[in-house]
Amino acid sequence: MTNTVVLGVIGADCHAVGNKILDYAFSKAGFNVVNIGVLSSQEEFINAAEETGAKAMIISSLYGHGEIDCRGLREKCDEAGLDDMLLYVGGNLVVGKHDWEEVKEKFLAMGFNRVYPPGADPEQGIRDLRDDLKLPKPE
Amino acid sequence: MNNYLLIDFGSTYTKLTAVDLNAEAILGTAKSYTTVETDIMTGYEAALVELKATLAAKGRPDLEFDRKLACSSAAGGLKMVAIGLVQELTAEAAKRAALGAGARVLQVFDHDLTRRDIEKIAALKPDMLLLAGGTDGGNQTCILHNAKRLAEAKLPVPIVVAGNKSAMDDIDDLFKEAELIYSMSDNVMPKLNVLNVDPAREEIREIFMQRITHAKGIHTATGMIDDILMPTPAAVLKAAELLSKGTDLEDGIGTLVMVDIGGATTDVYSICDGEPTQPGVTQKGLEEPFAKRTVEGDLGMRYSALSLKEAAGSKRIRAYLKDDLADVDAACRHRSLQPDMIPQSPEERHMDEAIAKAAVALSVERHAGCLESYYSPMGVVISQLGKDLGNAAAFIGTGGVLVASENPKAILQEGLYDQETPTSLRPKSPAFKLDQDYILSAMGLLSQDHPDTALRIMKRHIVTL
Ligand code: B12
Repeated sequence: MTNTVVLGVIGADCHAVGNKILDYAFSKAGFNVVNIGVLSSQEEFINAAEETGAKAMIISSLYGHGEIDCRGLREKCDEAGLDDMLLYVGGNLVVGKHDWEEVKEKFLAMGFNRVYPPGADPEQGIRDLRDDLKLPKPE
Repeated sequence: MNNYLLIDFGSTYTKLTAVDLNAEAILGTAKSYTTVETDIMTGYEAALVELKATLAAKGRPDLEFDRKLACSSAAGGLKMVAIGLVQELTAEAAKRAALGAGARVLQVFDHDLTRRDIEKIAALKPDMLLLAGGTDGGNQTCILHNAKRLAEAKLPVPIVVAGNKSAMDDIDDLFKEAELIYSMSDNVMPKLNVLNVDPAREEIREIFMQRITHAKGIHTATGMIDDILMPTPAAVLKAAELLSKGTDLEDGIGTLVMVDIGGATTDVYSICDGEPTQPGVTQKGLEEPFAKRTVEGDLGMRYSALSLKEAAGSKRIRAYLKDDLADVDAACRHRSLQPDMIPQSPEERHMDEAIAKAAVALSVERHAGCLESYYSPMGVVISQLGKDLGNAAAFIGTGGVLVASENPKAILQEGLYDQETPTSLRPKSPAFKLDQDYILSAMGLLSQDHPDTALRIMKRHIVTL
């Protein structure tokens, strides 16, 4: 399916509420959501994307260790042959207050396509994904 | 008249069990040694003569059998190769489907098959292949690539296709064109981490009945047997499931774990959902089958005694023997060279018991799930991979070494949960039971027609230790 996405919370992070909301929002928007839930490793994201033929990974990190947990994911996707995989990440990516532009640049440099600040609206992610996948706008 | 003859064509023995349905009783059992060299039907006839003698001695000389059903693990059993996409996902799902169908899984392949892989598969000489890959609507490129390779290779081996639904039509066309022997089944992993092994298992059994048994020298045409229903381990799994769950009329004994210690392998069966029993633990990974079978090809009492020694270590076996000087190596070597060895002295029996303890300890540890902990800033987060067997109500043992032992319970206890490795989710306080009359595979066969009777016979003959 052209609109399959893998959704999950990366690393040792067990914040489950946002994940449920994202699942609901992306499913309602017509995406085929493969939700691997909380406590998901990079390998689990990759395995899931391989089997399901997903086009994007929607990754959350809420507990402040996003940088360590996300580092190397793009490289692993390349190794696994997931060449054009779209990587989106959001949540509370780092601990405490940081200059957002700095955080964003860091994640873009790590190979993420889209990076969202704390409390970002899932609808923004959905609009961006439609653009990136060149899907028709809903009526 | 309502008598059944149940036959188990084994790798070393052909075992017969005669059942009187009206009395719900086992009338007699017999077994005869079968070797690869001799015609397998000769062994069957020899055992039948023995059984008739037993029945005659019991005053039933002219007993006729209304149905004769068989299972078989003769000539190496059902040998399969499983193929999937990701090792932990569809390749694992395919492996589990094959194991649940009673197969011996020779090797599992993942991702794109190369020409070398095809050569390896041909050299392994499997009886059947199981081809999976991709969730429904998911990845098609891998399974299509592998199907093309297999179509080119034209191996004379039946293939069960159980992968991404979207690729099924193309594979069907490819295989038809290449004139392969194949059948299409449902995806073993239709959605991520969702396991669906029953349709593929049934398809494997169907092909086994129609094609494989014949090739292994068991022929039903002579009228000696009505049906060869399934591979022996599938019959055992069926019996275990029935014993656990019960029937509409008769209660089962609840969740259970079962260990079958053989000469070449140790098989472990668990019938339970295996969900976390401790609070705060999250289940991870591919869904677990309710009725699960694993096979340890390196753990066995005879053929695999040396590999068992490698896996367990001499020190561990010596510790079981409570003898620091025992020559474990020589004992295991002797057993592997003489697979039909029967212990004569107390020393030989003790050595067998120690080897069996290692087989139980390792096989149950490998079958059971485990806990993994992540350290987060506020403490430990725990996830579970595989099945938690902690609450299993019963722990059943089967196999010659247990029946011959004076203390089978002590052997089985090696499979229990252990404070020192709390991450291994083994049974905590099960009731120990023994299949003292070797009836499990026979009852699995009987359950096909008469589940209530098979269940009641098992409840009587599988004794609590
Ligand atoms: C509830 C909660 C918990 C519960 C979680 C229960 C559960 N199983 O879900 C418990 C008590 C277990 C918990 C534990 C911890 N928590 Co807490 N927790 C919270 C709290 C109060 C609410 C989280 C929540 O559910 N929010 C509601 C959901 C809907 O919002 P959301 O998760 O942010 O997700 C939305 C958006 O962010 C966005 N989004 C998320 N990802 C993505 C991705 C993309 C691509 C897009 C487009 C959008 C998007 O969409 C989501 C849906 O609307 C927050 C504080 C807060 N008010 O946010 C702290 C908070 C997240 N926790 C925090 C911390 C530090 C922890 C702990 C480490 C220790 C602690 N202080 O308790 C542990 C970590 C445990 C672990 N291993 O994960 C910090 C994180 C600090 C940081 N990152 O800088 C926070 C922010 C509190 C704080 N201000 O200090 N926590």
